[in-house]
Amino acid sequence: MTPGGWPLGRWRSRTAAAAVLAALAGLPLVAPTYYLHLLTLTFCYGIMAMSLDLLVGYTGLSSLGHAAYFGVAGYTAGVLATRYAIGFWPALTLALAAAVIVAALFGLLAIRATGPYFLIITLALGQIIWGLAYRWVSMTGGDNGLRGIPRPLLGPGLHLAEIRPFYYFALIVTALAAGAMSLLTLSPFGLTLRGVRESESRMRALGYNVWLHKYLAFVIAGAFSGLGGALYAYYNGFVSPADVSLVASANALLMVVLGGSGTLWGSMVGAALLVFLQNLISGITQRWLTILGAILVLSVLYAPQGIVGAARALAARAAPRPESRRAPVPTAEPHP
Amino acid sequence: MARTLTRRALLTRGALLAGAAACGLGTLRSLVYAQGRAPIRIGFIADITGTVAQSGRDMLDGFQLYLAEKGSAMAGRPVDLVVEDAAGVPANALTKARKLVEQDRVHILTAPLLASEGYAIRDYIAERNMPTLFAVCSADDLTQRKRAPVIIRTGWSSSQPSHPFGEWVAKTLRYKRVATIGSDYAFGYEVVGGFQRTFEQSGGQVVQKIWAPLGTPDYSPYVTQIRRDVDAVFSIPVGADAIRFTKAYRQYGLKGRIPLIGGGVLMDESLLRGMDPADAEGTITALMWSAALPTPQAQRFVAAYRAKYQKDPSYYAETNYSGAQWIHAAVEHIDGKVEDREGLLRALRAVQLPNAPRGPMRLDQYQNVVHNIYIRKVEVRGGHAQNTVIYTFHNVSQFWTFSPAAFLAQPVYSRDYPPCRYCA
Repeated sequence: MTPGGWPLGRWRSRTAAAAVLAALAGLPLVAPTYYLHLLTLTFCYGIMAMSLDLLVGYTGLSSLGHAAYFGVAGYTAGVLATRYAIGFWPALTLALAAAVIVAALFGLLAIRATGPYFLIITLALGQIIWGLAYRWVSMTGGDNGLRGIPRPLLGPGLHLAEIRPFYYFALIVTALAAGAMSLLTLSPFGLTLRGVRESESRMRALGYNVWLHKYLAFVIAGAFSGLGGALYAYYNGFVSPADVSLVASANALLMVVLGGSGTLWGSMVGAALLVFLQNLISGITQRWLTILGAILVLSVLYAPQGIVGAARALAARAAPRPESRRAPVPTAEPHP
Repeated sequence: MARTLTRRALLTRGALLAGAAACGLGTLRSLVYAQGRAPIRIGFIADITGTVAQSGRDMLDGFQLYLAEKGSAMAGRPVDLVVEDAAGVPANALTKARKLVEQDRVHILTAPLLASEGYAIRDYIAERNMPTLFAVCSADDLTQRKRAPVIIRTGWSSSQPSHPFGEWVAKTLRYKRVATIGSDYAFGYEVVGGFQRTFEQSGGQVVQKIWAPLGTPDYSPYVTQIRRDVDAVFSIPVGADAIRFTKAYRQYGLKGRIPLIGGGVLMDESLLRGMDPADAEGTITALMWSAALPTPQAQRFVAAYRAKYQKDPSYYAETNYSGAQWIHAAVEHIDGKVEDREGLLRALRAVQLPNAPRGPMRLDQYQNVVHNIYIRKVEVRGGHAQNTVIYTFHNVSQFWTFSPAAFLAQPVYSRDYPPCRYCA
């Protein structure tokens, strides 16, 4: 990132983001409600995937148990809303708190490991939450799931029972969450995380508390994943152990990889791809899993940086950064 | 470099085209039917991929067999069967239900297989007042404590066959002490619970209750746990677990020594196909169907199914065949005016099928089916295993001989209910 390239890049991404937001905001006027449903689902999973990207793409920690925090917040919000009839805002706060507490506890266990060991330990921790969801039948309903979660009542007269108001609410929450995560990656904390991803020993030598940075990243990622989970619980009205299973965590990782790890927005694109593929293609053919597999294989072969990663690479190649403002670098050749 | 780029460009263009085609196909389908007689749209939430794919496939086959026999028409209107795959995941079932109701605007819906999927869609269909046929999903509470006016359950409730079976085992087979082993989830609890209740009421004792997780790869640790001083073992493993369980039961020498009885799903034709006949032989189970039912309407259905699909129809197929028959009867009754939702619901509740393949069918006040329950014994004839019917209970409802009020006052069958009073 050269000083000359910064403002241009930022303006480009800001206008792109504004354009996408405007398009999404205008969609309910033209699109049938089914697509609004799919997009709301995309937002919920997208927030989880983006939070996972904070770990995978920016800190270099691949987790196979990220759906655990999604589910903890979802179940907490669900139980509070159905069993104790607690209102939306307090239930949401408690759900996020639950996700943060679980992430804080699990982080203490997981952050000591790296690479494949981190993958396995997060898998195991995720399975603990799945086991709780499956077995604590009196609280979670077991494999029958937790149903009857009412749509939120934001305030007097602001009931999100219909899909259109809920879609706008989800869009606002997603925009805020994405913006917050984006700011985080651009902040000094985010840059430190990137340094940790590149080389932990070097960062340690420079005097950074690497363990603390990784731990904080883990907890923050867990918190945002919980936000996605709570939003999902209120949208769907139903949470089940399938939402905290290994498959759900693997799907999150898939969304990050497909979209492009380290690009943040890529995870949202990955989420959209997976949700739309699964729901639209499965209506056309039974072989939708084959198609999904084929897309994954193709993307690994031809776009290993993911969709957004590949798009950025293409864009960088098409429009090179202006070099004119840089001071001329002296060559090694001696003057004659 | 240039070659890689063009290949990439070709692939991206291809993917875009495929994506556009996928989105377009959906709208195209409805356009095609805009001309001619407006079709009756039935939304079928199937589980044709995923963990229950085999059974889900049978469900769709049974339903489609009936439609093919009637030329895909009811009351003079063509029938458009919109099939969506939920893959055995409750969240998917809900999304597909939303799609079928809001996008495809179906007139009637059919529920997917699993209890969790049924619960997932229950609130949505109740809120939308969408008549939904529950042909297989057997979670007891859906027509009991958590019932809804739109749930038309023509299939069964999990404990429905277990109640008469428990009594029959105590009085006819004269077993006194039984150990149970079931899949560790709601369906297993309900099948075992119903059996335990009537078995103990008739003087029997359940002395051991074992639960194995769904998808147990190896039943050796469970089979070796079974007490040897029992008169029989009542089992209800589900899906592929049944095949593994019966194999382990024989391999550990229990087969000849302790009679095996169980829930009907244990020996359902869909699993019997995949079992070694020696593992299955002699097992006595109870269900509302058997492919060896000697009645003319049953054999007609079995012959037609065998001709089309080259296999014996399982209860998944029969319940959906008779389910389609049920819908047809209701639609004929209202002269095809399916747009009148209340009229359709009233007609669905009032249907009575005296000649369904499984026998007579009608609904009780709670909209669950009342039908025959058959006690079947697996017999091997010429290398082919079949469920020979050895006894028939007529007019069995979900409440058996209990009054609905008394039945509903008790909690739903669970892991700890009924409690195991005689367990060591």
